[in-house]
Amino acid sequence: MVKDLLYYLVFPGFIFLTVAGGLFSWTDRKITAWIQFRKGPPLLQPFYDLFKLLLVKETILPARGSRLTFLLAPVFGLAGATVSGILIIMPASGIKPGFSGDIIVVFYMLTIPSLTYIIGALAAGNPLASVGASREMKLIISYELTFLLIIAAIILKSGMITGLHDIIAVQHDQGAFIGSISGVLLMVASVFCIQAKLGFVPFDMPEAETEITHGCFIEYSGSAYSLIKLTKYIMLFILPVFLCNVLLGGFRFDGLHLLWSVLKLIGVLLLITLIRNTNPRVRIDQAMRFFFIWMNLLVIAAIILSYFDL
Amino acid sequence: MFHFGGASCNNCDIEILDCLTPRYDIERFGMQLVGSIRHADVLLVNGSINLKDKNRLLEIYKQAPKPIIVVAIGACGCTGGIFAEGNTFAGPVDKIIPVDAYIPGCPPKPEAIIAGLVKLLEK
Repeated sequence: MVKDLLYYLVFPGFIFLTVAGGLFSWTDRKITAWIQFRKGPPLLQPFYDLFKLLLVKETILPARGSRLTFLLAPVFGLAGATVSGILIIMPASGIKPGFSGDIIVVFYMLTIPSLTYIIGALAAGNPLASVGASREMKLIISYELTFLLIIAAIILKSGMITGLHDIIAVQHDQGAFIGSISGVLLMVASVFCIQAKLGFVPFDMPEAETEITHGCFIEYSGSAYSLIKLTKYIMLFILPVFLCNVLLGGFRFDGLHLLWSVLKLIGVLLLITLIRNTNPRVRIDQAMRFFFIWMNLLVIAAIILSYFDL
Repeated sequence: MFHFGGASCNNCDIEILDCLTPRYDIERFGMQLVGSIRHADVLLVNGSINLKDKNRLLEIYKQAPKPIIVVAIGACGCTGGIFAEGNTFAGPVDKIIPVDAYIPGCPPKPEAIIAGLVKLLEK
């Protein structure tokens, strides 16, 4: 019982996810700065932001709209992100073997933060926030189908196994899934899905900064906003970890494999940051067309290829 | 940081924008521009304030979560500049909201803006 509590709160629970998420967010901002030929923020900047919002700033409640929903939505988002983080990292680091079918539970849990952004934005009573919420809704419709098809393809490639721990074991035996043509196609599609899920450019139209002045999150301030920022940091950490587990062969902690695992993780983060810095923001109908038509075709092609073991 | 542009000639806006560019980067101090006043810790006000802007500035100041630092940038923000004698002038920024720092200049060079902001950081 105490050991479970330790797992949920310290490692790989809340504290570990917070620290790792903050480090990843700092890495993202620093690499963005280097690409733009400038120096970036100091190392503890994401933590300064979090603690400033939590401890110093006051929380202003919106005049219209429902206040309880507005304040509770980030709490649920943070809970969803933390639980999915625990469910991803526990099989990956070999602490507990997970249960059969837990990749589907992880998929379900990973949609919870985005849903709570929508609920919180609609509870704020601001027209700009509802524009942001409607864009986020359309974005979720488009990329969730692709994400589900990607997970279906991965289950197919690993021989109808649905436990995350067993999928990693299959990759340790056969070689990482990305080594095949269908794996490469799946990797391309899943990097774009991750960009959309994280709300990064080119798919950050729900929280467009200059267009609708922070869209979904326009009314948040103080401690509610610190919870949202923490959710975003944790998502930035657990989505590359998920990708590494499912397509790139998971992590191993012995000898040279440790360095290789860390490099894989940082490689995925680098890819996400580079795509973020080199692309403009797309419109919502362009994003929907992109995911519905092109990415779905790509993943269906990957499923057909993996049926023939390619 | 949230930028509120009063009725200005927009020169100070351009100089504030310069601070975000790689040459005078302010993100190394951990500052970035945000889109919503509710996420901001610093309110940058430039330009002389019109009669119409006055209510809007008050509304923005009320929406900002305290504690917030208000910085008046440029000669127009500090004292009204060349617009001080006009018909529609409603007072420099410190008549409307409490100001923590003044950065004079017309327009202030980005180095001056950064120097002023760094002095605020040390406060």
